[in-house]
Amino acid sequence: MDLDRQAELSALRPDLLRFARLQLRDAGAAEDAVQETMLAALVGSDRFQSRSSYKTWLISILRNKIIDIIRSQSREISASGLSDDDAGDDLTDALFDRRGHWQETARPGRWADPEASFEQQQFWAVFEACLDLLPERTARVFMMREFLGLETDEICKEASISSSNCWVVLHRARMSLRTCLETKWFAGEGA
Amino acid sequence: MLSCRQATELMSQEQDRALSFSERIGLRLHVWICAGCNSYRRQMSVLRAACRRFGGGTS
Ligand SMILES: [Zn+2]
Repeated sequence: MDLDRQAELSALRPDLLRFARLQLRDAGAAEDAVQETMLAALVGSDRFQSRSSYKTWLISILRNKIIDIIRSQSREISASGLSDDDAGDDLTDALFDRRGHWQETARPGRWADPEASFEQQQFWAVFEACLDLLPERTARVFMMREFLGLETDEICKEASISSSNCWVVLHRARMSLRTCLETKWFAGEGA
Repeated sequence: MLSCRQATELMSQEQDRALSFSERIGLRLHVWICAGCNSYRRQMSVLRAACRRFGGGTS
């Protein structure tokens, strides 16, 4: 591996670590996953032309490491259950009236130009802050689905929950995230 | 007729499973007449796109 590549790898390390920490919520395990990813990256990193494809490749290695860790921890997750994640109901109650229609003040608005938001560093800080607001197990299920790309069948198995429960958890996570993004980002943009 | 609350449940689930024919029809009808849920559905796509981008851009 040439020196440029090596410098690039160290520059990407904080990003990889953040990605792993969000999903594992365990600094030690995240550190291990990133360490192993960087070791794997020492081999075979020379075939990438651009920095973005290099990063994508690293993330895909890291994603597999995270999946391995989650699998080995799944017994632990299921033992503790999803009971601390009932807070989602409060949010739903605040958004809808008794007949299940949007409250006047809560009706979702148009989000102006999301692609332009994606280009801004500040958007991603808000995005991460919103993810951090999710209860731990809700966040895990959500990230297994959206960041690791696992199908709900597999997530149910890893987390020992029924598919319908899995859908409920994912729904709560999405509802909470879009509400957070709308309030903290898109509303301020005059969307 | 679906309530908005039920519609949002289906709009989440359509990202995870294939909806039944009647669920699809019910949802399409609701989103057609309900501006709030119409926006919500777009927001679900944005959320998914954001997650893809955040996770390094792979499928
Ligand atoms: Zn509606």
